[in-house]
Amino acid sequence: MLPGDLSIIMPEIILAVFAMVGLLVGAYGGKDKTGPAMLWATAVLFIVLAAWIGFQGAGTAHAFLGMFVDDAFARFGKVTVLLSAAVVLLMSESYMARRNLLRFEYPLLVALAVVGMMVMVSAGNLMSLYMGLELQSLALYVIASLRRDSVKSTEAGLKYFVLGALSSGLLLYGASLVYGFAGTTQFLGILAVVGIDTSLGLLFGLSFVIAGLAFKISAAPFHMWTPDVYEGSPTPVTAFFATAPKVAAMLLFARVVHDAFGGVTDDWQQILAVLSVASMFLGAVAAIGQRNIKRLMAYSSIAHMGYALMGLAAGTAAGVEAMLIYMAIYVVMNIGTFAFILSMEKDGSPVTDIETLSMLSRRDPMRALAMLVLLFSLAGVPPLLGFFAKYAVLLAAVEAGLTWLAILGVIASVIGAFYYLRIVYLMYFGADENELDTGGSTMLRVIAMASAAIMVLGLWNLFGVEGVAKAAAATLVN
Amino acid sequence: MESLLIQYLPILIFLGIAIVFSLVFVGAAVLIARQNPDEEKLSAYECGFEAFEDSRHQFDVRFYLVAILFIIFDLEVAFLFPWAVALGSIGVFGFWSMMIFLGVLTVGFVYEWNKGALEWE
Repeated sequence: MLPGDLSIIMPEIILAVFAMVGLLVGAYGGKDKTGPAMLWATAVLFIVLAAWIGFQGAGTAHAFLGMFVDDAFARFGKVTVLLSAAVVLLMSESYMARRNLLRFEYPLLVALAVVGMMVMVSAGNLMSLYMGLELQSLALYVIASLRRDSVKSTEAGLKYFVLGALSSGLLLYGASLVYGFAGTTQFLGILAVVGIDTSLGLLFGLSFVIAGLAFKISAAPFHMWTPDVYEGSPTPVTAFFATAPKVAAMLLFARVVHDAFGGVTDDWQQILAVLSVASMFLGAVAAIGQRNIKRLMAYSSIAHMGYALMGLAAGTAAGVEAMLIYMAIYVVMNIGTFAFILSMEKDGSPVTDIETLSMLSRRDPMRALAMLVLLFSLAGVPPLLGFFAKYAVLLAAVEAGLTWLAILGVIASVIGAFYYLRIVYLMYFGADENELDTGGSTMLRVIAMASAAIMVLGLWNLFGVEGVAKAAAATLVN
Repeated sequence: MESLLIQYLPILIFLGIAIVFSLVFVGAAVLIARQNPDEEKLSAYECGFEAFEDSRHQFDVRFYLVAILFIIFDLEVAFLFPWAVALGSIGVFGFWSMMIFLGVLTVGFVYEWNKGALEWE
């Protein structure tokens, strides 16, 4: 039994051992000279592991008596998480190095957070769910306050920690209720009990678990930490927060509601629909007043989580497929947008005020064009990929009979388009020319433009993501 | 529901006994013991801080660092006790699981030592 189990979780073991060895190497390697090398090593390892997991054969395997599940759904999540984390690491190098933040702990904490995320998407048991979630969260709390001499960064870390602890408490309370009424922490066991005898206690537990998970994906009304944490953290860390952890938490969400509570779809559907509507509208309306682009992206991510939740709320395999596609596209868009934000500098120091983007198109037309494509895609303007992401979830919701939810989603997306388009307006028709530095690091330019190019080129076949997402959704929902 | 509640009966009984005993101890102390209070005896014990004053004042963050580093190894001992008792029945698998856990903790310990987190000055 054991060798088989170990071979199933080998990618996680390798990454965890790498992080520990890296910690020792860094501790003995002297003062922070190891930072850049460690960052590259971590990014390369992420990519290698992603390739390994991605090209693994099909099929479903359970390890450690069902604690850990390796199926197409988990592999989809792991590849997305690993690749996005690798790209975010690479684009953070120059920013972190220049601000003296490139300590060797940074890539290693990211690696540990990624181990946590990989466990999350593979969780087959409330225990492994919580373990993965905490491993991810604890590493994230630390990197949020990586900039120790800045009040805002420490504030971000502290806020994230306190609210994260609260959400963990909610989740654990729910998990204990579920265990109490189902008699097992195993998802399959819960599914068997839920199908036969749905007690009120079990539904209470489900609600608390959902509330805890909604905190992690920052769905309204559990979103309060997001703007402050996004604003306070160093920008590369914000980019990381907006991508990989969101994917992992969203997939974990899908796994819990389908694997463990697949028998009571109607009950969690209402909760998810309300979370979805609240997130879409809050994200759309609250972002209008924001002048800081990092806060704006925080509200944008809240709104996007609302759309992803809409796919999940459909409660069908098509809904999960739409959600997976949405998350994949969302991650690519966000990485590109944050690559642009990271390159926003004035006289060599970073700026986050959107007014500084005035008339950028005149001095740096290529960069402005890339950002234009990304913003249109974020807003969901056809024919860019962001539109098809929204189209997929709306279609899934309509097919599941949630037409009202889809209509509200369209209205919210029209409101939300305003603040994306305002940035475009500033870049192309802004009032006065602003002295935003042109150029910037090549890596950031390449990533922003590649991401914009994907938004256009992906129209043909979504790079095959659709087929993979379909297979992944089919393993989860049956 | 009935049978479920009956399963919790021992807890209720335990609660009752606990309440009775604590009342007895407090009551006995009031009735029997010799009372000779002074200011120090009446103040709450608060490990170095004044019990009632403004909580917003500065103190050394190193207290927290030491406490956090301590609690990891405190918990390690809490894990080691049941492990040691059950070692006979969990066998080689259990043994090596704990060894790996200790190994992970040791990595953290080496790191914090190397970083100078254990030095007061």
